Amino acid sequence: MTLELVTGNHAAGYALAAAGEANRFARGAACGIYPITPQTEIVEYVAKFPFSKGRIIAVESEHSAMGVSIGASMAGARAFTASSSNGLAYMTENIMVAGLYRLPIVLAAVNRTLGPPWNIWADQGDTLYLRDFASIQLYCETNQEVLDSTLLAFRLAEDRRILLPVMVIMDAFILSHTQTETDLPEQALVDDFLPPLLLPHQLNFDHPATIGGLTWPRETLSQRIEIDEAFERVPAAYEEHRAEFRRIFGRDVGGMISMEDTEDAEAVLVASGTIASTARQVVRQRRRRGERIGLVKMKMFRPFPGEALLDACPKAGKFGVLDRDYAAGLGGVWWHDLRSAMQGRRDGAIVQGYLTGGCGGDVTPDMIDEVIDDLLNRRSAGKPVWKGIDR
Amino acid sequence: MTAPAQVENPPLTCSEECLMRPGNTNCGGCGMSVGLTFLSRALREAGQRCQLVIPACCGIVTAGGYPTTGYSVPVLASTFASAAAFAAGVAAVRDLNSESHHVICWAGDGGTYDIGMATISAAAERNENILYICYDNEIYGNTGGQRSSATPPGARTTTTPAGKREGKKDIMAIMAAHRIPYAATLSIAHPDDFLRKIRTALLLRGFRFLLIHSPCPTGWKSEPGESIELVRLAVRSGLFAVYEVFDGVRYRINIKPTGADPGEYYRRQNRFPADSINLDDVRSSLKASNDRLAKLAEVFPAGG
Ligand SMILES: Cc1ncc(C[n+]2csc(CCOP(=O)(O)OP(=O)(O)O)c2C)c(N)n1
Ligand code: SF4
Repeated sequence: MTLELVTGNHAAGYALAAAGEANRFARGAACGIYPITPQTEIVEYVAKFPFSKGRIIAVESEHSAMGVSIGASMAGARAFTASSSNGLAYMTENIMVAGLYRLPIVLAAVNRTLGPPWNIWADQGDTLYLRDFASIQLYCETNQEVLDSTLLAFRLAEDRRILLPVMVIMDAFILSHTQTETDLPEQALVDDFLPPLLLPHQLNFDHPATIGGLTWPRETLSQRIEIDEAFERVPAAYEEHRAEFRRIFGRDVGGMISMEDTEDAEAVLVASGTIASTARQVVRQRRRRGERIGLVKMKMFRPFPGEALLDACPKAGKFGVLDRDYAAGLGGVWWHDLRSAMQGRRDGAIVQGYLTGGCGGDVTPDMIDEVIDDLLNRRSAGKPVWKGIDR
Repeated sequence: MTAPAQVENPPLTCSEECLMRPGNTNCGGCGMSVGLTFLSRALREAGQRCQLVIPACCGIVTAGGYPTTGYSVPVLASTFASAAAFAAGVAAVRDLNSESHHVICWAGDGGTYDIGMATISAAAERNENILYICYDNEIYGNTGGQRSSATPPGARTTTTPAGKREGKKDIMAIMAAHRIPYAATLSIAHPDDFLRKIRTALLLRGFRFLLIHSPCPTGWKSEPGESIELVRLAVRSGLFAVYEVFDGVRYRINIKPTGADPGEYYRRQNRFPADSINLDDVRSSLKASNDRLAKLAEVFPAGG
């Protein structure tokens, strides 16, 4: 194992390219790419990569970037792309198609505030708003996790029980542009981990279907139900591929959720991405002071691992959800999903939303301390609390 | 007894060999049906297969309802703006795997002149190895007949109730400006020329663009039985110029206008309100555009 100092963007680009290269004995790799800060280095990385059997097409828009990747995937190639913020918004129509066509396309996404006004800093709103379009989302906390999750994403996406796009997601700049020690696995290991792709519904002269033509309500509904069933199979499949990842690469890619002192915790923070790192430090400090506080780091969003979260926090009656996003008129998206997951399972619990670090604001240990104090003092949940701004 | 005359091109029936199977949903008199039949014939004669990429348009409805398909080849439906992008992906993988089939976009004028303009322009600029065919019915047929930038001046659509005031976008000039290997206009009233151009396109590589003047009785408010006659009139009167452009710079006019009266073309379609067309203006602008084209073909000829 050789550790190198690389950015999150480099880690993502490396993994996308290695995954594409691993399909060289099958139908190869192809995709469309388009730049946007702060993900540009990802697409630059894959554009430079000397694929044995691959073509990277630099197109005129994100809409077309995903369009090319859809065409490539439908023709049986391993396909991927990357984007951020308004790029994801512009790509949305075709992101939806990738999901509805059950294509195992991996999308590396760097969370950036949606504009206007133009703001290039971290905010998860750009990926969370894509939550309803049949893609699995994996949020990462470190550059290593970005690299590993990207490789895992291909296995999960291409699993015949799943066949859904997977987004691998990181915070703008905090990961995308920050170099940390990262293990860049050799191609041979990636080859072992990612078998040649054989898309079952690849365009096929022996079965000339019209893919995506007019479909009646019943048949369309069956297709949606199949997607729902595939999502239900995700947790078990994820664990299988995680075990296989450990076997081949000798490390853990991380669970759908991961816990810090939640077994006996009375109050639990729920966080994702790099906010989880800061929250973990604060939770550890306060634990040492004897407070029964825990942390759940959410990696997977859609399917929302609500059941796993509740199982991991058997004693908790208070949950503080840290959202680096704001869904207009609602509050935090993670908070909203957690409240739904609670229903009928832990109805008495207080689930309080905290809007932390949105639009690229810093989430400091002090801020997390304030959140914990607020949560511990609460007798009931209220409206989401904006943090990081004096008003 | 004299032997029966040799039939050179046996009529193509809608069998497995035709791209379009029996039971498709096209209106009677639809230019798409004829165009697809000719395309089938050219492919069959060339001994080649194709995969189709079709954006939202009447052409995707042709397939009928799932799980049946009106097409005999694999079809990938694309989003409205994306046909050329989806096709670029499919074609890239075909080429990576050294396969020989054609990847053909079959798209309406809306998906080509309007919402797909950026996508098609970019695919042409990259010279993607695809054959892009636009059947231009000069209207949004699928959504019930709204204007497009291909709608001719004077034509009434649901969004130009008094007749369109603007001109028709010159898509051929736009495509030629991309210096693509081949761009040509095709009329279903001229099968020999039509078939020859498809054959030419099938022999070339890179981005090839074919524009079919495609009658649409539903949108044109015309008699289905007159479809061929109408597009023939368009050619004869010079309203639809039949020509080809090689590498974006060398021109050849294939069928010259005969000087037929354009008025006849307008009168036979109810989409043109009587007062929306000034025939003198039409004649002078036709003369100008056809003279210009003739000049281009003279100065920059396509050669033998
Ligand atoms: C993004 C998007 N906007 C609008 C539509 C609705 N729509 C479907 S087909 C169509 C018009 C198609 O017109 P054209 O390309 O000329 O083909 P035709 O229907 O005439 O065959 C429109 C507006 C759509 N499917 N997608
Ligand atoms: S509306 Fe026009 S283009 Fe569409 S199927 Fe009918 S005749 Fe053909």
